[in-house]
Formats: sequence, C-alpha cells, structure tokens
Amino acid sequence: MLDLQKYASLGAALSAALDRWPNETCLIEADRDREKVRLTYSDFKEMARPLCRALEDADFKAGDRAAIIMTNQSKWLISAYSIFFCGGVLVPLDYKLTAPEHLQLLAHSKARFLIVEYYLWRAITQAPEFAKLTAEIVLVTEVPAGADLRGAYRWEEFRRKGDPQFVPRLREDTACIVYSSGTGGPPKGCVLTHDAYLEQCAALTAWYPFWPGVRYLSILPTNHAIDFMVGFIGPFVCGACVVHLRTLRPEFVRDAFVRYRITYVSLVPMVLKNLERGLRAKFDELSPKKRWMLDRLIALNKMLTRGRPRVKLSRRLLPQVHKAFGGDLLALIVGGAFTDPATMQFFYDLGIPVTCGYGLTEACTAVTLNDLKPFRADTVGKPLPGTDVRVLNPDEDGIGEVAVNSRSVMSHYLDDPEQTAQTIVEGWLRTGDQGRFDGNGHLQLFGRKKNMIVTEGGKNIYPEDIESVFDGLAVKEYCVFAANYLWPQKTLGNETLVLVIRLEPNQQFDEGLREEMVARNRRLADFKRVGGYLLWEKDFPRTASMKIKRGDLADEIRASASRAQIVEI
Amino acid sequence: MQTTDQTLDQILSLAATHFKVPREKLTADDDFFKTLGIDSLQALDLLTRLEQHFRIELPDYELQGVSDFRTLAQRIQSRL
Repeated sequence: MLDLQKYASLGAALSAALDRWPNETCLIEADRDREKVRLTYSDFKEMARPLCRALEDADFKAGDRAAIIMTNQSKWLISAYSIFFCGGVLVPLDYKLTAPEHLQLLAHSKARFLIVEYYLWRAITQAPEFAKLTAEIVLVTEVPAGADLRGAYRWEEFRRKGDPQFVPRLREDTACIVYSSGTGGPPKGCVLTHDAYLEQCAALTAWYPFWPGVRYLSILPTNHAIDFMVGFIGPFVCGACVVHLRTLRPEFVRDAFVRYRITYVSLVPMVLKNLERGLRAKFDELSPKKRWMLDRLIALNKMLTRGRPRVKLSRRLLPQVHKAFGGDLLALIVGGAFTDPATMQFFYDLGIPVTCGYGLTEACTAVTLNDLKPFRADTVGKPLPGTDVRVLNPDEDGIGEVAVNSRSVMSHYLDDPEQTAQTIVEGWLRTGDQGRFDGNGHLQLFGRKKNMIVTEGGKNIYPEDIESVFDGLAVKEYCVFAANYLWPQKTLGNETLVLVIRLEPNQQFDEGLREEMVARNRRLADFKRVGGYLLWEKDFPRTASMKIKRGDLADEIRASASRAQIVEI
Repeated sequence: MQTTDQTLDQILSLAATHFKVPREKLTADDDFFKTLGIDSLQALDLLTRLEQHFRIELPDYELQGVSDFRTLAQRIQSRL
C-alpha cells in the first residue's frame, strides 16, 4: 500500500494510487447478473481527467463544496476523486433521504456543486422546495433521452479536453462534511479533515490490509462513513478492487460473492441476519444424515478456530458453505449498529470471521475494532492504533460514557459552535454511548445516554427529526423519545421510539385518534417509525419560550411509568 | 392490458404465497412491513418475485418510500 504519511490530502494519495497500479482493476459495477463497468486504475484516471478539467473551467476552486447524492456506482467514486483533485470539499449525502431533506442539507452545507443520479434529481425538482435549491451547478448522471434537466448538466457530457491542474491541500484542510443526522432537528454536519481520513485509513489498514487482487463488495451506501473508508479510500490506496452492485436484492448480493470472489464486505446487522436466515433455511433442508455430518464439522471447526481464525482450514472442513460465499472471503465486517453476538458467532463457527467494531461519523469511521485474536462476539474490539478511548465517570461496574481522542475525530459541527462545545470537551469526543473496558482491553457497550435509536440497518434516528410528522395530531401535546433513553438498559438492540401523548382535559383516547396516529406514522420511512405510544397524565414541563423540557419530562416519565405501559402501534 | 386492480390482486396473492400468510389477511392499504412482519431486505426479495411474475425490471429505488400494496401496484402497473 501507499505510505500515507507522505501525502497531505486525499486527493494527493488517490492520485498517487492511480499512477501506482495502472493495470490493476479498481472498479467493477454490476446490475443483476450483467457487468456494466470494469475499470483499471488507469481507466479511472482517464475518466476523471475531463471531469476535473470541466470543474476547473466552471470555476470550482479550492475549498468549494460539492455534494454527491448517488447510489453506489463508479461515477460516485470518479466524482469524489475529481472533487478532491480540484481541492474541493466533498459533502456526501444519504441518497435514501427525501427530496426536501436533500434540499435542506444542500442549503445547510452551502454546496456550490451537486452531482446526482437522475431519479434522485427528478424527485428534487418535483419537491415544493425546489425553488430554494442553493447549488449553482448540478451534474446529473444517466439522464434518459429527452428528459427535462431543469437547468442541470449531463454528467457524461460535462467534460473538457486538456490536463487538469492538481490543487494541493493541507492536512488540516476540510476534506468532507458528513451529516450524522439532523433533517428535522438541527443538522449535524461533521467537518472532517484530510488528516482525519488519512490517519484513520492508516490505522484500519494496519489491522485489515488490502492489496492488489483483494475484492471488496461495496453494499453499504458510499455516503456512509464505513463504506467511504473501507469501500473507497482504503482499497484505492492499496491497489485493491471495489465491486458495486446497482441492485441490492439479497439474491444478487449472494451471487456477487461467488461471481467476483469477494474478499471483504461490510454489512449492517440487518444484512448479516438476512444471510444467517438464508443459511439456516438451507441447513434445515438437509437430510438428517447430512445435517448430522454438518453439525459435527461445525463443532470441529469451532474447536480448531477457538484461538484465531484459520480460514484455509475452515474452507476445507466446510467447503459447501465457503463456496456459497465465493471461496475467497476473509472476513465480514459488521458495524453501524448493535449486532447480535449469536449471529456473529454463527458465522464464526462456520469459519467465516466476523469483524465487529464501534464507530461514529464524528470520529471519521471506527474507534474500536476486533482484531480476531481471538474472536470475541461480546465486545466491539480494541481502540485502533492512534486512538485513545476513555470511560468517563465509571459507576461501580466500571460503566461510563465513552470518550474518544484521536486525530480522526471531527474538528467541529458545521456552523454549530454550541453543539460542538457540548460534543467535544477539552479535546475529547463525548460519544453519548455507555461502555466499559474488560481486562483484555476490549470495549463493551452498554446502552446509550443519548435520546436516539440506531436501527439494525445502521440508521441513526433522532426523535426531533421525525416529530413534525405528528404536528396537528388532535391531542394537547406530544413528544417522541427513544425507549432506551427513558428507561436505560444495559444492553443494546430492540430499540424503539415511543410517542408520549398528553390528551386534552376530558378527551378520551379513541379509535379515531389511534388511526390518525398510525396514518401519520406511516408517512415516515419504515425504519423511522415510532413503535408505540404512552398516554401521559400530566402537562409537559416547558421553558419560558414554551419549548418542551425534554430532559425534565424524561425524568418524570422514568420516575412514574414503565416500559410495559407502551402500547404498540 | 390488465388493470391496476388486477395487478394489485396478483401482488397480494404472490405476497401471501411467498411469506406463507393467508391471502384473506392482506388488504391493499396494508403496511406490508408490518402485516407480513418483514424487513426491507425481505421486501426486496418480494420485489424480485414480482419482477419474475410480471416480466419487468424494477430498479430498487422504485420501492423506496413504498410501504403499502396499493402504491406498489401502481409502480408496477406503470411499467407493464
């Protein structure tokens, strides 16, 4: 891999990578069973060069911000590289947000340029807030013939001839603004420097190296901190290959493991569970005799891999299972949310190591990671090299708030000194997560102090972001909380949001109200919905400006109501 | 060409068979995540079955934000 110490910016490191491995494949893009794109590092450079020149001609300058809203595909990475080459700041936005949410974050980030896929652009142009679009130049990929571009340019035609000029950046300059939340409440745009990314990349690849020939299957959204690092920067600075799938149906994902002989893949817990379900169903179809054999082999593999993974041995013991994953898989990387230890153990026992870590966008990507020496399903691993992790104010069990200090921690939240001051205190990032170190230096997590949930799909959902959907509900007042925030538990998982309702005097809870609540809840994306409601008998405490005192209300609810009183909707 | 109602009826039957729930338990305006007890990946699995049945290709984004059978039927109908 490249010696990252030599490079001051992501643009410089990526440019060096394109020259270092010209003939290695860097990108494969497939849609269903059709391969659409296959690029070497040299091809990638040739694709990016005219775009860089066109950006220059469009007066894209050092420090200018450019947002990308795209699903995982080759043009995402080519665009991102071009932005860095021209000295720009990348704003990767979650393509799963709604068009009004995209417009809101585009405005907040002050992105001058926007690079977007056609179907997402179409939705943005149809949003009532479209008139408020702040980006000056919009490049749209894959526009069908005859479509109305609404003032945008076709990405494929936004090209100029000639040699673009590389724009150097310093380590302390901003590389990316990544939103960790805040489409309903205050936007949290994490400002991350080139130094943060390069340090994080060096730390991660020290434990999990890539090399030419490694194939990384990129199915987490590239805008997500994990895939951006492990599915773009990491593989590229090591000469490895990234495989993109345009269709994330489970069956095509399973096919891709075999077709492209995948080495690594990062998954959210929901996908890992889906794979487990598929394998278990296959196991259940076996004849009793074959099943008995399989169980014995799994037991043997488990015994032989107790101390460390022995992937080659496991492949020989359980060839059918490993063939289903292409036969070259070295590890499944899982993150983004709480992962059931039993699911991780299931895969490890089959000889497929699962690497579980802990991270947050505010800390670039990862804070801790399991090094598989030995495999532990009950922890989120050890701090990465160069990362200091502390447990603040530990209780009698050693559990306290996890705080992080490293060069990879964000510099601040964009345009929000107040939230920044609450989050980074004396150089330490307060994560809001509760944890403890065991005797072997492994971090274990025990719930959260923050009023939020993390879904199995790796989405952070803050009550403030979804509350407005209940505006106008025929009740006196309401407030949304994370159930685990109201009633802290020392485990993660089973996370749900609860709508706390205070009825008008003499109002009865009736079927009409319930239906209204259900209908409004369904306007939210499925993973953002509240799981139940709680009827509350007292007025909510409010500030002088009539804002709900959430902390005080939570204290009151905690003191006199229990989780069992939540009614499912 | 078949009507949206016919498409809807076929979707409900296919969903019932695929996820092994009684057909009569499913209605057009059901939130299929809840009624079928499935996550978004299982919903994508259903989409593949529907593609095979209707002989169309539906990009993943067509399912984004869709959680009831009626809207799903409309999305499919527009590509028949």
